[in-house]
Amino acid sequence: MATLTINGESHQLDVPDEMPLLWALRDVADLTGTKYGCGMSLCGACTVHLDGQPTRSCVTPVSAAVGKQVTTIEAVGENPVGEAVQTAWRKLDVVQCGYCQSGQIMTATALLNGNRNPSDDDIDNAMGGNICRCATYVRIRAAIHDAASTLA
Amino acid sequence: MRILDRMPSPVQESQQSTAVINVSRRRFLQGTAGLALGVYLAPLLVDSANASAATTQADFVPNAFVRIDSDGSVTVIAKHLEMGQGTYTGLATLVAEELDADWSRVRVEGAPADAERYKNLAFGMQGTGGSTAIANSYEQMRMAGATARAMLVAAAAAQWGVPASSISVEQSLVRHAGSGREADFGQLAEAAAEQPVPGNVTLKNPKDFTLIGTLKTPRPDSPAKTDGSAIFTQDMKLPGMLVAVAAHPPRFGATVKRFEDTEARKVPGVVDVVRFAGGPWRFDGVAVLATNTWAASQGRDVLNVEWDESQAFTLGSDEIMARYRELADGQGAMASQRGDVDAALAEPATLIEADYEFPYLAHAAMEPMNCLVQLGDGRCDIWHGEQFQGLDRSAVAELLGIAPEKVSLAQLFAGGSFGRRANPHSDFVLEAVSITKAARDNGIDAPVKLVWMREDDTRGGYYRPMNFHRGRLALDADGKLIAWHQRLVGQSIAAGTAMEAFMVKDGVDATSVEGAANLAYDVPNLQVELHTPQDIDVPIQWWRSVGHTHTAFSTESLIDEAAVAAGQDPVAFRRALLGGHPRHRGVLDLVADKAGWSQPLEPGAEGERRGRGVAVHESFNSFVAQVAEVTVRQDGSYRVDRVVCAVDCGVAVNPDVIKAQMEGGIGYALAAVLHGEITLDKGVVQQTNFHNYPVLRINEMPAVEVHIVPSTQAPTGVGEPGVPPLAPAMANAIFDATGTRLRKLPFTNKLTT
Ligand code: FES
Ligand code: FES
Repeated sequence: MATLTINGESHQLDVPDEMPLLWALRDVADLTGTKYGCGMSLCGACTVHLDGQPTRSCVTPVSAAVGKQVTTIEAVGENPVGEAVQTAWRKLDVVQCGYCQSGQIMTATALLNGNRNPSDDDIDNAMGGNICRCATYVRIRAAIHDAASTLA
Repeated sequence: MRILDRMPSPVQESQQSTAVINVSRRRFLQGTAGLALGVYLAPLLVDSANASAATTQADFVPNAFVRIDSDGSVTVIAKHLEMGQGTYTGLATLVAEELDADWSRVRVEGAPADAERYKNLAFGMQGTGGSTAIANSYEQMRMAGATARAMLVAAAAAQWGVPASSISVEQSLVRHAGSGREADFGQLAEAAAEQPVPGNVTLKNPKDFTLIGTLKTPRPDSPAKTDGSAIFTQDMKLPGMLVAVAAHPPRFGATVKRFEDTEARKVPGVVDVVRFAGGPWRFDGVAVLATNTWAASQGRDVLNVEWDESQAFTLGSDEIMARYRELADGQGAMASQRGDVDAALAEPATLIEADYEFPYLAHAAMEPMNCLVQLGDGRCDIWHGEQFQGLDRSAVAELLGIAPEKVSLAQLFAGGSFGRRANPHSDFVLEAVSITKAARDNGIDAPVKLVWMREDDTRGGYYRPMNFHRGRLALDADGKLIAWHQRLVGQSIAAGTAMEAFMVKDGVDATSVEGAANLAYDVPNLQVELHTPQDIDVPIQWWRSVGHTHTAFSTESLIDEAAVAAGQDPVAFRRALLGGHPRHRGVLDLVADKAGWSQPLEPGAEGERRGRGVAVHESFNSFVAQVAEVTVRQDGSYRVDRVVCAVDCGVAVNPDVIKAQMEGGIGYALAAVLHGEITLDKGVVQQTNFHNYPVLRINEMPAVEVHIVPSTQAPTGVGEPGVPPLAPAMANAIFDATGTRLRKLPFTNKLTT
């Protein structure tokens, strides 16, 4: 049994300590916005925030999330930066299949939390771990700049 | 359970297409409230014999595609899968245009399996692919919208006692200017349902379009795909559902000899371990069933399976390619022939000879393959990103020995497909059904969600086939192209499938030679041959743009070599040979203009060489030209800086979706150019996950500019046509920068010249 604080709420999850946070969120807490893409920290689809830090939940055991604030795509819009990112994503119609986009938005939000005016290089560095097989990268870049401008 | 609230309801066997709700939870719940009062504008059940006689579009069944609820929301039933390419946006735009609906109140649901009502008019069966979604629906969806509009107007005319001709509709509001009366769609929905379905409706003159061709149609799936509420197969959960992760054989064609599951059963959460039977075209294996995905995958990983490999395929990629090279020495089946290439090639002033190699490629959709199955009493309900109802339904029915009508298929969002989810042998769908059935035979009567982990997906077969092309071109003393001879070698995708009968003629699979056999360039002597090896048992499949993935590369590289040999500008040389192909010329001219082709390319930094290359190609009746600009660094590494793209896809229904598909197609193609390669070693696939099957990342994505040719021609596809020109444009750009011709995919990552 693990007690996790997810999106501000306390959850008692009956899972082994070593279960990756990804599967605890998806299969046990029924928060399916966080996606599985690789299970090896290669694609970023599973990105959540742990105390605000972008974290690959597929390689993070539940035990490592105990005592931390877990934020997922379902609640990232409650934070003004997350909301600005979601708004920019919708304004520019970034999504195609959409499967990677929870992770993209979580990583982009973390980037803008630490850097309100990222350059293209900053974006490439921060977003390089998030694969989009539909290659929506042109719009991801544009949407991050757009969100940055609305937050300025 | 929270997730149940937003889950599509189990599919009814009935005639109503209410079952599949492919929208966010929020919208689903809103929808449910309205549904109780909502009406269909027309009965969905029709006599299919009458329906097929009704119009030239024989199978148009009015209003199986649109529903208007009492709250005024318009629901478009999408007969095509949304796997990223914007089909939901496009289909809804067509309906909303003729309906004069307020776009902000339009929503989209995936259609259930129903061959009669929802078939792809281009295929004759239900399915999504070949970039046909908008092309085959252009009139059908507009008719659906226009019919609904006519019934709303008729209802208003009856209520207000005014002639229908005096009524106008705008933004979901029905108005009578004379009396100042107006009513919302929702207020008229019930009365409209009482109106007879008009036999004949007039479609708008394109000059009156208010949505088609505009930027007023943002994607209806954007909100749900940016807040985590969009439901993919991976996210589905039914009461009591188990997750299955399967052990597949390491080599194609191997079967289970015996297995040991003691360790697997010890994993907490594991419920059962079952053996499932494969088929000639799908895996035989052992599945671990558990209460969650992690337990199932942990259990699978500690299974001990002994395989019978007596029938397994054991060649390596190098051996396969060596065979293909050898085959290319001999004449193949004739795919296209005019003039006399042998004579023209006998003593040419200039001879160009080049060989091209293409590896197997995995689709690597972001959402690995998966499928949820529930077996009932004599029936089977399936939920997944369903792309090929036409084949899957009958395959499932046959496996279970039930009637096809007893199989329902809910069409959820797919996290990408690129062709993979439309499997000609229904491989992963039948695997899911087999596992569910094996579990039931073991006394476990539960819905089962089969999940392929990334490694299973990468090694799951059904790749873009490996190919070898040999080209020989002749130019005369004036630099005129006089002969074009190509030999192509590769497995047939259609052979052994339901498509074989109409796709393979005289030993030539049309999808193996498309883009080469119908070469657009005006050359007097042309011969294209095909070798189709029969003994390569690697499962293969269509992969975003199918045969064009390789034919565009060899043809557009060869023509570039010819231009250089003739001492001519590559755009001008192509242009002169495209006299009979105005739409090829149109995109070529547009891309040359927008890329500033007539101006010299800006030089690179100290020590860097820059180059630019062009390619033009028709696929799926759309025409695309691209100019790629590359920079080669001093150490031989290189980057693509910019790609300018011109596309002619007829009427541009959703210009922003078209742009997005060109951007995405370019990125997808670039991944194959830079990295894509599945290799076999003694029959074993060497790649597993994104570390050894890398795909494109954001730092490799060039700037992309897309320009659309204005057109009044019927719309054609955009999901695939952006892919083919990129690889040759890049190869030509690298040649321009360095003088080196790259003819093997993927490209080397360090140039040595
Ligand atoms: S699923 Fe975690 S990084 Fe890919
Ligand atoms: S939108 Fe499909 S993987 Fe990113």
